[in-house]
Amino acid sequence: MARMKFTSRGVVLPLAALYFLVPIGASIWFSVNEVEGVSFDAYTKGLGAEGLTTSLMLSVRLGLATIVCGLLLMVPTLVAVVLYLPRLRRIVEILCMMPLVVPPIALVAGVTTVLSWEQDLADTPLYMTFQLLRDEDFPLVLVLVYTVMSLPFLYRSLDAGLRAVDLRTLVEAARSLGASRLQTLWQIVVPNLRTAVVGGAVLSLAMVLGEYTVASVLSYRPFSVWMVEIKDSEAQLSVAAAMLSLLITWGLLLLLTTLAGGRSRRRANSVRENRKKTVS
Amino acid sequence: MTVPVHLKRLRRKFGSTVALDGLDLDIAPGEMVALLGPSGCGKTTALRIVAGFERADGGELLMDGQDVTSVPAHRRDIGMVFQSYSLFPNMTAAENIAYGLRVRGRATAERRERARELLDLVGLPGREGDYPHQLSGGQQQRVALARALAIRPKVLLLDEPLSALDAKVRLTLREEIRRIQLDLGITTVFVTHDQEEALSMADRVAVMKDGRLEQCAAPGELYDRPATPFVAEFVGTMNRLPGTVRDGGVVELFGRRLPIHGETPAAGAEVDVLLRPEGLAVGAADDGAGTPATVRVATFLGPTTRLHLTTDSGTACKADLPSWEAAALTPGARCTITPHNHPVLVAERVLAPSVQE
Repeated sequence: MARMKFTSRGVVLPLAALYFLVPIGASIWFSVNEVEGVSFDAYTKGLGAEGLTTSLMLSVRLGLATIVCGLLLMVPTLVAVVLYLPRLRRIVEILCMMPLVVPPIALVAGVTTVLSWEQDLADTPLYMTFQLLRDEDFPLVLVLVYTVMSLPFLYRSLDAGLRAVDLRTLVEAARSLGASRLQTLWQIVVPNLRTAVVGGAVLSLAMVLGEYTVASVLSYRPFSVWMVEIKDSEAQLSVAAAMLSLLITWGLLLLLTTLAGGRSRRRANSVRENRKKTVS
Repeated sequence: MTVPVHLKRLRRKFGSTVALDGLDLDIAPGEMVALLGPSGCGKTTALRIVAGFERADGGELLMDGQDVTSVPAHRRDIGMVFQSYSLFPNMTAAENIAYGLRVRGRATAERRERARELLDLVGLPGREGDYPHQLSGGQQQRVALARALAIRPKVLLLDEPLSALDAKVRLTLREEIRRIQLDLGITTVFVTHDQEEALSMADRVAVMKDGRLEQCAAPGELYDRPATPFVAEFVGTMNRLPGTVRDGGVVELFGRRLPIHGETPAAGAEVDVLLRPEGLAVGAADDGAGTPATVRVATFLGPTTRLHLTTDSGTACKADLPSWEAAALTPGARCTITPHNHPVLVAERVLAPSVQE
C-alpha cells in the first residue's frame, strides 16, 4: 500500500509539474529569446510600456472592490441563513452557483442590454447612475458583474468555514454576554471565519485579474485586455507582461494567505511552547 | 445580587409541536433549580426563553419582579453556560472571560483583573493566555463558567454543561459548580436529562413532561414522595407490580396490604403498584413468609447489589440489598420477597404482569 502510494506520487507529481512548468518555461524562453541571443529587453523596457501600469492598477482596484462587495454581501447573508433561515440554505447555494453555469458571454450580453437603456433614461436621475456605472476610470459595472461571478468562490469557502464552527452557540454566547448583533458579527463571527474569508477573497481576486470576456465586450481595458491588445504589435512584451502578472498574482495570494495565517501560526507557536514546557 | 425568577403560564409552539404548555415555576433568590425531564419535555425551551433566545407565545417571565418577556437577550444580564464548547476560538481564556466586560466598555485593567480573579475561582490560575484548543473539555467548561460569571449576572443558566464531559470530570465539576453557586448565592437554573446530576446539585428539581411541570420539590421529597406516577418512574428505578385496591385506602401486593399515597382508585380496581427496589425485602427461601421467587440476574453495584427476580406467578421485579447480604443470591437461587410497609403510589394497570420488565 505504502509502496503504491509512493510510486503513484513519484509519477503524478512530475507529470503535474511538467504540465505547469513547461508552458511557463516556454513563455519565458519566448520572451527573452532574440536573434542575437538572450535579452531581457521585454522586461526592462516593458515595464515602462504605455498602458501597463494603468491597466494593472485598474485590475487590482477592481479585484479589491469585488472582494469588498462580495464579502459585504455574502458574510451577513450566509450567517443569517445559518442562524435564522436554514431552510433557505439550498436555494442560496443554487443561486450562488449560477454564475458557474452561465457563461460570462451570456452574462455580458444581458449587461449590455441593460446599459443600452441609458438613452431612454436621459431625462431621469437614473441617468447619472448609469454614467457612474460606466465611468472610464473605475467602471463600477465591472465590479457588479465580477461580484456576481465571484459568488461561487465566496459561497464555497464561506460555507465550509461556517460548517467548521458551531455558529449558533458562539452567537448565543456573545449575545448572552451583552454583545449587539453588529458586535457579534464583527468580533466573534468574522474572526472565526477568517480563513474562509481569505480563501474566498484569494479565489475572487485571481478570477478578476484573469477575467477577459466581460471587460473586453464592455470595452474597458484592465490588465488582461491590455495584454491581448498589445499581443499583435509586441508579442514578446505581451508574454513578458503575462509572466509579470503571474508573479504579481502569486505575490498577492501569498500576502493574503500570510495575513490569514497570522493566527494559526500564533496558535502553532503557543502549542509548541506548551510542549516545550511539558518536556522541560 | 440575588433575584427571584418567575415563569408564569409560559407557552411555546414549534409548528404543531407544543414545547411549553403553560409552564409555571417560581425560583427563589439564590436558589438552584434543575429542570429535569425526558428529551422533548420542553426543559431546554424553557431555559432558552429565560435566556431570551426564544420568545414565548404566551405567558410572562419575571426577573426581580420585572417583566422581561420582551427584553432582548443581550440586555437581560444573564450568564449562560452551554452544552457544547462555546468559548470563542479566536480569543484567549482571559479574553473570553472579559468579553462581557469589553462589550460593556470597561477599562482594560479592570477586565484583566476580573479575568484573573475568575480563573482563580474556577481553579485555573495562570491560564490567562491559553486558547480554547489548548484546554481540555473540563477546563473549557470552567472558563465558560467564569465567562458567564464575569458580568456579575442576575441569573446563571446552565444548559447541560456537563453532558459532553467524561464521567470523572463530570463528577468533580458538578461539585465545583455547586460550591461556586453557593458561594456567590446566585439564582441558577440548570437543565439536565441526568437525574443523578439534578438530584445531587439542585436545591429543588422541577420534573417536566410534555411542556408542563409535573412536580417541583427538593431531591429527597421527589424521590420519597413523588407526586405523580410519571415522576415516580422517571426519578430513580421503580418496579411496576400487580396489586388490587382494597377498602380503607390500601392496596394488596404479594399478600400484604400497603397504604396508598396520593390518588386512590375505587376498591377492587386492578392497579400497578409503584415500588422502589429498596422497598422489597428479600429473605431466605425457607422463611415461610413472603412470596417465593427465583433470582435471574444479580448486578453488583458496589455497596448494594441489584437482583432481578421472577416470582413463581411470573411477575418480574428488581430489589436492592446490601452487597454483603446478597452474596449467596446468585442466579438460579430461590428466595422470598416481601414489600416493606411504606406508603406507595398506584397507577393504572398498563402491562400484563407476566410481560412486565
